[in-house]
Amino acid sequence: MSEPVTMLATPIRIEYEFTAGLAQSRYLKGIAEGRFLGQRCPQCQKVYVPPRGSCPTDGVPTTDEVVLGNTGIVTTYCVVNVPFQGQSIEIPYICAQILLDGANIAFMGLIQEVPTAEIRMGMRVEAVWVDKKDLGPTMASVKYFRPSGEPDAAYETFSEYL
Amino acid sequence: MARSVRPVAVVSFAQSAMVRREERLNDVEMLQPVIADVFEKVGLTKDDMGFVCSGSCDYLVGAPFSFVGALDAVGAWPPMRESHVEMDGAFAMYEAWTQLQEDDIETALVFSFGRSSMSEIGRVLTLQLDPYYVAPLWPDPVALAALQAQALIDSGRYGEADFAAVAGRSRRDARNNPNAQVSGDPSTEELLGDDYVVAPLRRHALPPITDGATAVILAAGDRARELCERPAWITGMDHRIETHALGARDLTSSPTTRRAAVGAGLLEDGGDGSVAVDVAELHAPFAHQELILRDALGLGDGVAVNPSGGALAANAVMVAGLVRIGEAAGRIMDGTARTALAHATSGPCLQQNLVCALAAEPAGDGRR
Amino acid sequence: MGQRTAVVGVGQTYHKAKREDVSIAGLVREAAVRALEDAQMDWSDIDAVVIGKAPDMFEGVVMPELYLAPALGAVGKPMIRVHTAGSVGGSTALVAAHLVASGTHERVLTVAFEKQSDSDAMWALSIPQPFSAPLLAGAGGYFAPIIRAYMRRSGAPDHIGILVAVKDRLQALKNPYAHLHIEDISFEMVRDSIMLWDPVRYLETCPSSDGAAAMVLASERVADSASSSHPPAWIHGMAMRSEPTMFAGRDQVNPLAAKDCAADVYRQAGISEPRREIDVAEVYVPFSWYEPMWLESLGFAPEGEGWKLTDSGATALDGGDIPWNCSGGVLSTNPIGASGMLRFLEAALQVRGQAGEHQVQTVRRSLGQAYGGGSQFFAMWVLGADKP
Repeated sequence: MSEPVTMLATPIRIEYEFTAGLAQSRYLKGIAEGRFLGQRCPQCQKVYVPPRGSCPTDGVPTTDEVVLGNTGIVTTYCVVNVPFQGQSIEIPYICAQILLDGANIAFMGLIQEVPTAEIRMGMRVEAVWVDKKDLGPTMASVKYFRPSGEPDAAYETFSEYL
Repeated sequence: MARSVRPVAVVSFAQSAMVRREERLNDVEMLQPVIADVFEKVGLTKDDMGFVCSGSCDYLVGAPFSFVGALDAVGAWPPMRESHVEMDGAFAMYEAWTQLQEDDIETALVFSFGRSSMSEIGRVLTLQLDPYYVAPLWPDPVALAALQAQALIDSGRYGEADFAAVAGRSRRDARNNPNAQVSGDPSTEELLGDDYVVAPLRRHALPPITDGATAVILAAGDRARELCERPAWITGMDHRIETHALGARDLTSSPTTRRAAVGAGLLEDGGDGSVAVDVAELHAPFAHQELILRDALGLGDGVAVNPSGGALAANAVMVAGLVRIGEAAGRIMDGTARTALAHATSGPCLQQNLVCALAAEPAGDGRR
Repeated sequence: MGQRTAVVGVGQTYHKAKREDVSIAGLVREAAVRALEDAQMDWSDIDAVVIGKAPDMFEGVVMPELYLAPALGAVGKPMIRVHTAGSVGGSTALVAAHLVASGTHERVLTVAFEKQSDSDAMWALSIPQPFSAPLLAGAGGYFAPIIRAYMRRSGAPDHIGILVAVKDRLQALKNPYAHLHIEDISFEMVRDSIMLWDPVRYLETCPSSDGAAAMVLASERVADSASSSHPPAWIHGMAMRSEPTMFAGRDQVNPLAAKDCAADVYRQAGISEPRREIDVAEVYVPFSWYEPMWLESLGFAPEGEGWKLTDSGATALDGGDIPWNCSGGVLSTNPIGASGMLRFLEAALQVRGQAGEHQVQTVRRSLGQAYGGGSQFFAMWVLGADKP
């Protein structure tokens, strides 16, 4: 009986089963087919991707499906350089807000195939999917986004999405 | 001590079907129709709400900040005055009710959701226990409830047949509740034939595992009268918590339920009176707990206890307490009761208890 | 707004990366005991306890108010646990204040804490959710792109974030309770620190701390007869606003909920020119660039010009006319569940003249602001030395 006990480690393991829900299931089915499906709110007419089942401003189901393309704009980004538990991507990596053409909201995505020093707000990007045979109803079907080679979008065209 | 000065009433109540597992809808999709329903019943929208408060638990659904996404079911735009407690929605309603005592708002939306099916609910609730001395032993809620039930049997006041009688009555009453998960017409003998899950508790004495959501709208004074033919006036509401160590509590009684009833104006302080109401909705997840609560409140045979079937018919954690309030208020709103009591509990073996007193008339219009 | 309500006692822990010397109960008691002592009250004087903290994954204890009831003298009393993400410390204080303002109770103890060294804070913030890409790298990964958007919008020069980081850490040296005491903090040190989420550097980022804050809120009747050695800090205005985290067209840099919340609290307090009428502010700045952003949001500077105010030195305790975060702010101390309440508490310290070395000379009115989530939950209060 010398040192006082100051720490007690209790391992805790709990398993969870998540339900994607209707909206996300439709979105993931689209992903499994290699395409991005957005949903439009019948009230405000905004197209959400990924859809979450209810329009965040109107509180109503977003029922109308919209097929979106494979390209979009980086509205803003950061370069992640911090290691942490559970991280699966090698640092440094570019984490960007990507506004797909036709969508009214950007979502977070990984950018690759461009040196971190060259990433810019307004850069046009395209999605890179896994091989067709590996497509599934999971976000892992989209490997990352890379520069599409098109000219950058002018700041004014996306500034409202910041 | 929480006597109502400004009359506030429940004017609308809605709940989802209470199910073993919601497989199709996510949290937002489960909540959204409930919110839409609670508004539709009184012809209001989110823009009419002075305050919004919800109750839910991150660990239950496996995500930090899980209440954030749930707000999408309401549509928090334009920005709203909104808050959240990591507790049963009944406590969110308490917060809303106290804030309605100030006169800058007239209405409030309260909601909660919970999906016990997602996780190992026993493990999640075990994490409520003292993390140094108790939780590492992993005593799950059924085992703790069994300790309490055994103590009750040892006191000589009740036996297993009484637990089975509560369960049987609850299931029979639940047949009239379209939202209930568990219903039926078992005899006491049938129920006593079940194997023990943890002695002395058999399956029927345990709550079901439930996914569900619920919502309530509160309104003050004349606004309540405009919105609802028979508002369920809150004549008092109070809640109290006991100490945490189970060994330091008398598990066969519920002094905080009694104390909360005093605070809610249903009992005189220090007296040995009994609560006289038409209906009592008691949040007793385990059958023997209903008996403890009845004794604490002195409920006589004239009181209809848990006409909804209670928590034995559906027990969405974080939701069942607010549902008790909604169900009790519903009896006043549909004219079948003049006075009602709703109770909600939190923590192991009835550690924390809330009592809400409801009536067809507001209490003495500001006399307190 | 309800009945007059005042802060009559405050207390906080010594904040550190790891408080290995106390259990969770010990941590909250340290703050609560100090608050009660400051209020010259005993546990039995308290009518109700309102506790707040961020997600339970930070400690691995579900609904810890159940375990903490006896430690906080709450046995037999009403006890509520608030959770509104990062703003929770602030909203907890507001829930407690409303219990007094509504006439429900006369003396309420409010506590906020986080003992996040017990678990893994980054994990707790970014627990992988199925169906989503596992990209988030903590709060910084979420806010850094927004900061970049502000820099672009306002045309602010790159060094502004560094100035704030230095200022707040210098001010922390005058706060014995603050977690970070970086004696040799300098512009170069911050500038040369590693980029964590470009454009945010390591030293422009808040630490991860264990700590607790507590206050005693009282009715006018109790505050008038209070025997604390410091006068009450009267609530002149209090407000909360929320908006969705993500929606089409959301201004993430200058959210409407923040502006609406400020407008509400200023209206209650009769303030039309915050820079002139508020003497000191404690504002939730977890990443240094949030100072210029909140300066604009809170109406201290016109939109796009918050960085100029920072650049001019106006927000420094030393020489500034509108000192911000004299305590060192969230940049120096960040037990997530408590950080919001520390802002509210420091605002009270300033009005009551108990801020010691980081006291601003004459404080008639102070502002406390907290935010949480994806900048979508806001809680604010304005305190005054005089009754409202």
